[in-house]
Amino acid sequence: MKFIIAIIKPFKLDEVREALGAIGVAGMTVSEVKGFGRQKGQTEIYRGAEYSTNMLPKVKIEVAASDALAAQVVETIQQTASTDSIGDGKIFVFDLASTTRIRTGETGDNAL
Amino acid sequence: MIRKMLCGAGALGASLVAATAAFAQDAAGAVPAVANPGNNAWMMTATVLVLLMILPGLALFYGGLTRSKNMIATMTQIGSVAALAMLVWVMWGYGLAFGPEGNQYISWGKFFLSGITPDSTAATFTDEVISEYVFVSFQMTFAAITIALVLGSVVERMKFSAVLVFALVWLTIVYFPIAHMVWEARGVFFVMGALDFAGGTVVHINAGVSALVAALILGKRRGYPHEPMPPHSLTLTMVGTGLLWVGWFGFNAGSALEANGSAALALINTFVATASAALFWMLAERVSGHKPSALGFCSGVIAGLVAITPAAGNAGPLGAIVLGALASVVCFFAVSKLKPKLGYDDSLDAFGIHGIGGIVGAVGTGIVFSPAFGGPGGDDFEIGAQLVTQVSAVLATIAISAIGTTVAIYVAKALTGLRVSHEVEVEGLDIGEHGERAYN
Repeated sequence: MKFIIAIIKPFKLDEVREALGAIGVAGMTVSEVKGFGRQKGQTEIYRGAEYSTNMLPKVKIEVAASDALAAQVVETIQQTASTDSIGDGKIFVFDLASTTRIRTGETGDNAL
Repeated sequence: MIRKMLCGAGALGASLVAATAAFAQDAAGAVPAVANPGNNAWMMTATVLVLLMILPGLALFYGGLTRSKNMIATMTQIGSVAALAMLVWVMWGYGLAFGPEGNQYISWGKFFLSGITPDSTAATFTDEVISEYVFVSFQMTFAAITIALVLGSVVERMKFSAVLVFALVWLTIVYFPIAHMVWEARGVFFVMGALDFAGGTVVHINAGVSALVAALILGKRRGYPHEPMPPHSLTLTMVGTGLLWVGWFGFNAGSALEANGSAALALINTFVATASAALFWMLAERVSGHKPSALGFCSGVIAGLVAITPAAGNAGPLGAIVLGALASVVCFFAVSKLKPKLGYDDSLDAFGIHGIGGIVGAVGTGIVFSPAFGGPGGDDFEIGAQLVTQVSAVLATIAISAIGTTVAIYVAKALTGLRVSHEVEVEGLDIGEHGERAYN
């Protein structure tokens, strides 16, 4: 099993969610995060006091997938979330040691 | 006595009477004994509108501009000094400002409102009267809001106890004397013929200069200007702005002391000067290469209201529009260019908007009063001579505010230590001074 973490631009979330649903991803965890990479922050001005914000709002998606599906998940996220501009985000893949469904106690691929 | 002096001044005197705010009631044969209910009702309404400006108007306006860890402290300081001002006003403030005995600088008598009954009356600018309790209350809200305005420069680092001590001393040695000098018939600026309809000098220049002096003595906030300290809720600041604008109609139009044509003029001026100022601030932002901002709109609104305060019943609507625009642009530069350059931490721009805007308004009143600009002045009105008077009043106000504030701050420092500790300042005054969080 693999655990996939993707950082994407917030406005792409709905598209990515739909696309993942279409390839068979049953669930995910989504959180609002801040971060930066090559995309610089923006400048805010309050009555002449200028602040550059280094952190930009992003969305983090966490998905657990079977080995068979993992590559497709990565490809789907990359294609859907891309806007060809700096700040589109990154996808990280981890090896997942185990998964348990809390309601039933099932483990492994049955729990995904 | 007062009435004879005014009649003797002729046509100019009559327009001066109409232009400045109230003076104490004096026993004279021509005064009717019973207050006109229409005027009384309007003045009661105006009084309550000014309270709305303080709570929650100013509380939210200032509160939204500070960091969330100091929200409670900012609002509580404002509410508390206003409440303190109300009590001090009825104890000795009214007497010092509008008492029956006095000279050019101060008056006395009627302490603890002695001798005033529900039947007592106060003169307006015509032969009408209003209930004296109403006049006392109306002027009380002015004292309360002025001290609250001063706090704008010292937020986020002053002890609650220090704020209260400062307020007590400042009201007594700065506000009451200036209110007397500008608005009471014996007062030196009143006699000079200075035009100040609703408090350009008494309230705004006074508060603004005091705020600057207080901020300079208190020192900058830790981390200023390098650490970002953006407003934690421009939403609340905008709410506060709306309440301030609405309440200001009581402040300006109520200063006519009657529901008459003068009040109507103040009403329309308070609309158009403010609208003009709001848009011109945003225009100034755009011209400076920035986006027109919500804070710019709010700041423009306040700058316009401040500038029109001395001119509310002393200008025609077109003069008001020009005055609002001019004050707004000047304040924009004061706040966004001058302040960063000089490096002082007038945290909420009390000086930049109330002080500078008040100066532009007070001096500008001498110009827009002229019939050449649509103002209510008589044909013999001379702009040059009036400007000299206006500038003298402004300079004297600045001097008294500066000196009095210095004294008041050092008294507060001696009694309370003045500034919060490093730890409290970093943790936030809400927890440190009040044991509460604004948001849970």
